[in-house]
Amino acid sequence: MNRLNERLAQLRQQGRKALVVYIVNGDPAPEVTLETMHAMVAAGADIIELGVPFSDPMAEGPVIARGHERALEHKVSLRATIEVVRQFRAVDQATPVVLMGYTNPVERMGYEAFASSASAAGVDGLLTVDLPPEEAGALHSELKKANMENIFLLAPTTSQARATSIVRLAGGFLYYVSLKGVTGAGHLDIGAVEQKVAQLRQLTDLPICVGFGIKDAATAKAIARSADGAVVGSVLVDKMGSMQGQGAAQIAAAVAELIKPIRQGLDEL
Amino acid sequence: MSKTTESAAVDYSQYPDKNGHFGPYGGRFVSETLMPALDELEQMYNRLKDDPEFRREFDYDLAHYVGRPSPLYYAERWSKQVGGARIFLKREDLNHTGAHKVNNTIGQALLAKHSGKSRIIAETGAGQHGVASATVAARLGLKCEVFMGAEDVKRQSLNVYRMKLLGATVHSVTSGSRTLKDAMNEAMRDWVTNVDDTFYIIGTVAGPHPYPLLVRDFQCVIGREARQQCLDMTGKLPDALVACVGGGSNAIGLFHPFLADDSVKIYGVEAGGHGVETGEHAAPLNDGVPGVLHGNRTYLMEDEDGQIIETHSVSAGLDYPGVGPEHAWLKDIGRVKYVAINDDEAMAAFRTLTRVEGIMPALESSHALAYAAKLAATMDPEEVIIVNLSGRGDKDILTVAQLDGIEV
Repeated sequence: MNRLNERLAQLRQQGRKALVVYIVNGDPAPEVTLETMHAMVAAGADIIELGVPFSDPMAEGPVIARGHERALEHKVSLRATIEVVRQFRAVDQATPVVLMGYTNPVERMGYEAFASSASAAGVDGLLTVDLPPEEAGALHSELKKANMENIFLLAPTTSQARATSIVRLAGGFLYYVSLKGVTGAGHLDIGAVEQKVAQLRQLTDLPICVGFGIKDAATAKAIARSADGAVVGSVLVDKMGSMQGQGAAQIAAAVAELIKPIRQGLDEL
Repeated sequence: MSKTTESAAVDYSQYPDKNGHFGPYGGRFVSETLMPALDELEQMYNRLKDDPEFRREFDYDLAHYVGRPSPLYYAERWSKQVGGARIFLKREDLNHTGAHKVNNTIGQALLAKHSGKSRIIAETGAGQHGVASATVAARLGLKCEVFMGAEDVKRQSLNVYRMKLLGATVHSVTSGSRTLKDAMNEAMRDWVTNVDDTFYIIGTVAGPHPYPLLVRDFQCVIGREARQQCLDMTGKLPDALVACVGGGSNAIGLFHPFLADDSVKIYGVEAGGHGVETGEHAAPLNDGVPGVLHGNRTYLMEDEDGQIIETHSVSAGLDYPGVGPEHAWLKDIGRVKYVAINDDEAMAAFRTLTRVEGIMPALESSHALAYAAKLAATMDPEEVIIVNLSGRGDKDILTVAQLDGIEV
């Protein structure tokens, strides 16, 4: 069992909801990321999703897409992202870290090289937005060998039949995309999410975390009434982008301030 | 007769396989939200493609709206000047809207109509696909929104205005490198948001399965006609085919009906930009590596971190870091040879054809013409080359004038 599964099991046992936070590695500058990761944990984040910058982040809305662009101005790569996790692990051995990104950088590094290097650095899982289960076989087996979880997205358009085949490969948690759209979109329908989460529960015992469109304590809380956790990303990335040029400590503190009320909201459930 | 034994055994009609793969290329690499929409499109296309009523509608539109068949024209004066093989031009420039792109948009618009979706979106580079999409949308009364890189909006302002006159909304895309690849990213983002009521008309043989398949099928009318026309005019099959390759839709349309004809040598011409050796080009098959972008695995221009790099070509329609997956596969199995022509060579061919034959080619097609001239010079006068003249050059006049230092 890796850190990710341990943490999720622990939360379930405690009856608590998972707060999953997303930032882009190297955004707005490389020296900001590590300090922000630690600050997010201190503010109550349970799982860190670290975005791997990509030149063509097709599934991202404008806020996170700009985060990728800012990171790429500093040439921040997949290898550099793995390195940040290694540095994070020197201090924090408990908080699960999942990389989230696109297939091509992983493919360029090589599936096997990626899996062994990421695992050695302390990465617990990988979510590749543009790698559906139909194409994921080869990478999946490398991740398994390296004791990393392969996290899959499910969408409002995913049929129950498709969900069944996705669940077969999925590890860690199911990431349910709350709406038809890109990250940071604004048309969240809580009722529809509840219904879908209930359907997914019939297929799996895996924890279900919901993301896309969760902006604050109120939306996180509403989502987590049915889900096991909430993923918060765009609102953090937006803040970090707006503070470009300021010091790492300041940015990390500002991100922590955004996370605290969300943690509080989730803990009220 | 340069075929390898490996490709001699290939049954080209069996590709892509049921998962959209051409060997290791192609496939479906998109976010989960779009997977069901692609399944649905594939099922609809499989149902309709052999449906006689659908075929009849498609053929009727190609004949009466597009103006097909397009002529095969013997460029006699130019051939004699080059000295060598006889060069025939497949005149896709004479199609309604001025390029081969409309063959595909007619087909996909029919699919859109059958799907019941009320809105179409498209990405465009040079603007030809955007114009062709806006055209069919106007005719069918569908709402049309076109995504175009801000750089391309600037260098293809005539086409932007044409699209607006046709009633389309043109979105200038300012993310990333502000060219075709970013327009495609933005179109995908729109599609994922509006998937319920929107049909995405992809303009080239790239993207997730089934797009490379259906765009190819719609464009194959080029090669089928050319094959028959060549037999009628010369009494034999051509000895060589030449077409430019950006995403590769005009090329695959010409090539595919000839793939099983072992005697026909086939050349795809990529944009060499400032020269392949300079790194400033758009020639992934000449100087790229396999990777995943825009829903398919194919050859890409990328750096050592797997980031897609900026491309360069004088021609907006070829300025793309990827290429259709079938081309990637045809390269690997050796059936098609992919070469590069740089900006200057293409410009020279543009001027030559204009002056010698009175035909002003698109800068994209000029790449194919430049290579055909080189190739013809090495061949005998009994031999025949067909070049796909994929589009007309009117849209490029401002670019050419600018290079000449003239204000139009």
